[in-house]
Amino acid sequence: MFTRRDFMRTAAATAILMGGPMGLRRAAAQQTLTQDDLLRFDPLGQVTLLHVTDVHAQLMPIYFREPSVNLGVGEVEGKPPHITGADFLARFDIPKDSPECYALTNVDFTALARTYGRVGGLDRLATLVNAIRAERPGNTLFLDGGDTWQGSYTSLQTNGADMVKAFNALKTDAMTAHWEFTYGQDRVMEILDGELDFPFLCGNVLDTMWEEPVFESTRMFERGGVQVAVIGQAFPYTPIANPSHLIPEWSFGIRPDTVQEHVDNARANGAEVVVLLSHNGFDVDRKLASLVDGIDVILTGHTHDALPREVKVGKTLLIASGSHGKFLSRLDLEVKGGAVTDYRYRLIPVFSDVITPDPDMAKVIADLRAPYEAECTRVLGQTDDLLYRRGNFNGSFDDLICQALLAERDAEIALSPGFRWGATLLPGQDITVDDVYSMTSITYPNAYRQTMSGEMLKTIMEDVADNIFNEDPFYQQGGDMVRVGGMGYAIDIHKPMGQRISDMTLLSTGEPIDPTRDYVVAGWASVNEGTEGPPIYDVVSNYIEKQGTVSVPENSSIKIKA
Amino acid sequence: MQGPHETDGFSRRTVLFSIGGGAAVMTGMTLFPALAIADEGAVNDAIKSMVGEVPAEGGVSLDLPEIAENGNTVPLSFEIDAPMGDDVHVTDVMILADGNPSPDVAVFHFTPMSGKAAGSTRLRLAGTQNVIAVAQLSDGSAMMGKKQVKVTIGGCGG
Repeated sequence: MFTRRDFMRTAAATAILMGGPMGLRRAAAQQTLTQDDLLRFDPLGQVTLLHVTDVHAQLMPIYFREPSVNLGVGEVEGKPPHITGADFLARFDIPKDSPECYALTNVDFTALARTYGRVGGLDRLATLVNAIRAERPGNTLFLDGGDTWQGSYTSLQTNGADMVKAFNALKTDAMTAHWEFTYGQDRVMEILDGELDFPFLCGNVLDTMWEEPVFESTRMFERGGVQVAVIGQAFPYTPIANPSHLIPEWSFGIRPDTVQEHVDNARANGAEVVVLLSHNGFDVDRKLASLVDGIDVILTGHTHDALPREVKVGKTLLIASGSHGKFLSRLDLEVKGGAVTDYRYRLIPVFSDVITPDPDMAKVIADLRAPYEAECTRVLGQTDDLLYRRGNFNGSFDDLICQALLAERDAEIALSPGFRWGATLLPGQDITVDDVYSMTSITYPNAYRQTMSGEMLKTIMEDVADNIFNEDPFYQQGGDMVRVGGMGYAIDIHKPMGQRISDMTLLSTGEPIDPTRDYVVAGWASVNEGTEGPPIYDVVSNYIEKQGTVSVPENSSIKIKA
Repeated sequence: MQGPHETDGFSRRTVLFSIGGGAAVMTGMTLFPALAIADEGAVNDAIKSMVGEVPAEGGVSLDLPEIAENGNTVPLSFEIDAPMGDDVHVTDVMILADGNPSPDVAVFHFTPMSGKAAGSTRLRLAGTQNVIAVAQLSDGSAMMGKKQVKVTIGGCGG
């Protein structure tokens, strides 16, 4: 009987016979790429850490385009992860059009997506994790960095239960969290009390009244005869970036002194390896690593960066494992005399078409989706253009959302949040309900319509810009710039707060935004309690159904001043 | 340790901007002024009236969030790295918020019996600004710590 891999190779051979440049490329890709290649690793030492993060509820394989614009400011300007495209390829010595090029950059994305296919899928991830566990029994820790329970139709319908079940089935050893909290504190506690099979580690969350810990901070594991402490760090700005009314009794924060206490306690309790399972965001973790002594590894998350090599700060290794189930990180550690003496790292791209799905996990996923499958796969329309989200200033799917807000809510200006999650659609692809929810499924979805003065619009733009481009990463929130429809602007990211945004223009008239005039603005994801309006997923679905086929012209209304 | 005390001549820290109504929302909670305008003169005057000259920064550990979760109630704690003996000890610690309409927040009083010069309180911030702690020692010397706290509209992180 054919395995799927055999099938893919057969398909590759057929493609050669079919001829044409695409066929040749596909053949080249699949002759050089197998499941065994993805798993190839010369094992080292006693401990194998496996890390995924920011899966955003993607049970199924998807396309995911990495950003073409990811700017850093201050000390991190031009440093990974703030390099993209051709610069990224040069920096990491990656051949153009190679599998790594497709996985890690936006270069030739559409063509390479047609060659290398989809990425992720938890049944494929399970295959990789199980294979590594079988190779390293008793040595392996599988850790999830959070942003797992949110981001799909099924996760929203089940209040995260589908992802809890899926990650239980993956035999996850521990997780930390961010978007998990948007199901509200009662639901989070309900999951911890009876649904989740493994520790939920958030050492930086205190109750607002007494400032006492809400969650377990640290779990000690023995792997390969080595004591490994895993400390969880939830997203520090959850009650600011997301509605605080959903978690009124919990306070977050980076809390470097608290992290240091947890590290010191772990060492005092015999930890030979200390791992921070973090949802801080890469730049915050890079700074934190310079402030806290004694962390061997930070498994970073939140900012969705995928780096093929570790970044070292002092003695601390920083690992960036991407997002959406597209990558699995493997880090082997050799430990002698209570200290890490050697390591080996690989960022493994989860190429869906060359990995045989794990049958047990495939069944778990099929069962989870079964009640919703018909609705999830319902086709709303088609797209002429590549639809993606990631990028500091705009994404084509966000441009589509802004089109929908302007049309469906009869507004002059549309604002759409700078989220970093959501799958990519190729030109010519159907847009399904799954695809819309991949971009919009949140628990506070109401699309508001209200007036705002030009001055207020400027204040909002400046405020959000400072959350991304403040030179001190501890003052950043890790999202991207708010997306704008109906209005153009210029931005100088190197200026201080209040001076970055200029040339705000109402696109319909070409006139400058008047600070004293009121504009009709539509948007979504307000963190205010009681926001009114139809859910954004309905707004976007209705718009796509009316359009039939959507097209999104190149966004030329944002000028970036270097 | 006593306090926090509001000292003579200080406006109550509860007297602050009544900040914008429900209109000021986008992805946001109540919209605070993006950058509270610091009255540097008033802040320096307050420091000078307490300790003579504005001290160099150092010796004060000031624990505040980088970004406030709620500008209406921002937790603050401090500890002064100074001896608390009978000969030399911290006598007073003044907390200032340099962007509030009235920058004075509180003064904590200490004696050698306090054991250490540490305290905590919560303050209301009218916008992004620096919070300053100034310690007066019994030998006439002084210490200062400063930290910026951002008060942001919120939303968009993700």
